[in-house]
Amino acid sequence: MSTAAQAAPAQMPDKQMSGAEMLIKALIDQGVEVVFGYPGGAVLPIYDALFKQNAIRHILVRHEQGAVHAAEGYARSTGKPGVVLVTSGPGATNAVTGLTDALLDSIPVICLTGQVATHLVGTDAFQECDTTGITRPCTKHNYLVKNVDDLSRVVHEAFYVATAGRPGPVVIDLPKDVQVATGAYTAKDNIKHKTYRPQVNGDDAKIKEAVALMAAAERPVFYTGGGIINAGPKASELLRQFVQLTGFPITNTLMGLGGYPATDRQFLGMLGMHGTWEANHAMHDCDVMINIGARFDDRITGRLNAFSPGSKKIHVDIDPSSHNKTVRCDLNIVGDACKVLEQMIAAWKQGGYKPNQKALDRWWQQIDQWRARDSLKYKTDPKIIKPQQAIQRLYELTKDQDTFITTEVGQHQMWAAQFYKFNKPNRWMTSGGLGTMGYGLPAAIGVQLGHPGKLVVDIAGEASILMNIQELGTAAQFRLPVKVFILNNEYMGMVRQWQQLLHGGRYSQSYSESLPDFVKLAEAFHCRGLRVTDPADLDAVIKEMIAIDGPVVVDVAVDKAENCFPMVPSGAAHNEMILADDKPKDPANASVSEEGMALV
Amino acid sequence: MSAPQQPIQSHILSVLVDNEPGILARVVGLFSGRGYNIESLTVAEVSDAAHLSRITVVTSGPANVIEQIKAQLGRLVPVHNVHDLTVEGPHIARELALIKVAGTGEKRVESLRIADIFRARAVDSTIESFVFELTGAPEKITAFVELMKPLGLVDVSRTGVVAISRGPKPL
Repeated sequence: MSTAAQAAPAQMPDKQMSGAEMLIKALIDQGVEVVFGYPGGAVLPIYDALFKQNAIRHILVRHEQGAVHAAEGYARSTGKPGVVLVTSGPGATNAVTGLTDALLDSIPVICLTGQVATHLVGTDAFQECDTTGITRPCTKHNYLVKNVDDLSRVVHEAFYVATAGRPGPVVIDLPKDVQVATGAYTAKDNIKHKTYRPQVNGDDAKIKEAVALMAAAERPVFYTGGGIINAGPKASELLRQFVQLTGFPITNTLMGLGGYPATDRQFLGMLGMHGTWEANHAMHDCDVMINIGARFDDRITGRLNAFSPGSKKIHVDIDPSSHNKTVRCDLNIVGDACKVLEQMIAAWKQGGYKPNQKALDRWWQQIDQWRARDSLKYKTDPKIIKPQQAIQRLYELTKDQDTFITTEVGQHQMWAAQFYKFNKPNRWMTSGGLGTMGYGLPAAIGVQLGHPGKLVVDIAGEASILMNIQELGTAAQFRLPVKVFILNNEYMGMVRQWQQLLHGGRYSQSYSESLPDFVKLAEAFHCRGLRVTDPADLDAVIKEMIAIDGPVVVDVAVDKAENCFPMVPSGAAHNEMILADDKPKDPANASVSEEGMALV
Repeated sequence: MSAPQQPIQSHILSVLVDNEPGILARVVGLFSGRGYNIESLTVAEVSDAAHLSRITVVTSGPANVIEQIKAQLGRLVPVHNVHDLTVEGPHIARELALIKVAGTGEKRVESLRIADIFRARAVDSTIESFVFELTGAPEKITAFVELMKPLGLVDVSRTGVVAISRGPKPL
């Protein structure tokens, strides 16, 4: 009997369903609650199947790029993969920026794209594009489903691939005829991936070697990144334990903020191009560097041949290709940050290790001297709001509630990283690797869906916000009370800063003429709009923003000429920082070498 | 100022992959996207039942770049394993070439004589031409092609290197 049933699955009507229904079932079985999408011809059968069920909520975005960023925001704040549904052709190509963003920041996203029917593939059909070809280099993996019987297996595999190891985006391209064809559903538990088995546990011998190296260190520093966040909240907890156990200083990358409590004394602030004086100097002068889940990005290292020249480097990363990619390390450990931290703490305790306290005390004295430079200081002005001040006040007025911050890209992003203090992981969503302007608002929408009732603020610039401003419509439609906090300096601030410091003050195309009235713009989208220009009103406006139960846009008029410091100029070593109180060069004469310009 | 340049070396990488659509594009795209060299590349299914293909890539670069190439190949999802035959021990590398030579008289006779020395087989012949089939290490094929140039070389078609380890063990 059973053999006959296997041979003829058509006789088992309970397991037969259309491709679109199969897709929905697979998503439900994967625990998906929210899908961010935009309908179109090639996904209509899926939208029809969505219409007939209540388990999955569909959030209609206004642009497919917004859908992917929203899914990223959802994923980064919840730890669960974000799901996107878009149509073929332009739907898929509009998603490409979001996919690349998710790839560079290692964010688990499943992007379902419609495709023209299989018999039309390759004929330049209406809204056809080579989606798997286009997305191959900007996804962790992608699939074209040609047979409905493969569909559920591919969906389950895609969730595994997106979340296992170093997370990333996965595209599933679904031709329309496959969506309407009937086939058999394969349950989630029956799937075992043929090849993909990322290494989770660190090598014990190397871990022993690492803790011995750490115990002998005189000037150690922890340098941790997004790998800590991706490894889950337990990794942050273990990191805190280990850092406090050793008494070592710690710095976080832009991606790693919140991985260690920012208000803790052992935290040196962010490192890198706009990192603190103490973090970059500690990295440069250390004798043992413990990198967990960070990847020696060029925004961290500055000029490579001057990067931390005297240190022994330990590098923990789940992706073996991150090891020795740009910086050669002495001890490379492949493994999941959470698991390796667990192993390291155990090895440290088991070995009865104690830090070299005398040397460590000297090291902290040195660090305290660097700290005394107060590299983030800025001058307030009674007449004009300083952007740093706006973020500091936002932080002070929101720190007592569980607040989630997203950003766009540019000066405001760096100020947010410097001045907003994150004590918990998953509270900070920013486009780190790709630097995608227009990321923050849709990401905030995704965060808000994952955390109803929590305060979600997109710290924005007036230029970036215009890149995905249409998503205010999404926030209004779904009553998502996200707050858009625009630091409006009427310039593409970071471009202007570089032009001032590196290109002789020639502000080529960086001034935003004809900016919209953001208050009226917000109102046109059925959101509330607020404006503040006087520093004396800042607190009141922030409080009003928080109190409004609905989406709000706050237009904060800030100092147009403020620059973001410290700054490691292009081509410089990571300890060669410009500070705010350095004598400003005459912009007409300020310039950087040709070589430096090319290095940016 | 910059670190001393490491010598550039040629490596033969043997990559076992799932034979799925787009896998070759993935591998080739990885090389072009990250700026790595491909000196030759061969691919064919090696197990019909298990849907496995073996890709043999000859690439060149300094040691750190070769290390990156292997790590990057290793993280492609459909890749089972990556072996660097050049560093992993004794191996055999072979290439097949089809070489067309046209000529008459003494040149034609000479090409046949050299083909005999190289153990190349004439697989096509007209009154005024030969197609030789030759297998061997790439250097041997290059040497043969060089010798054919003055004798009326018309076309060369080479497969690129395939390779396997020596001894009883699998890769």
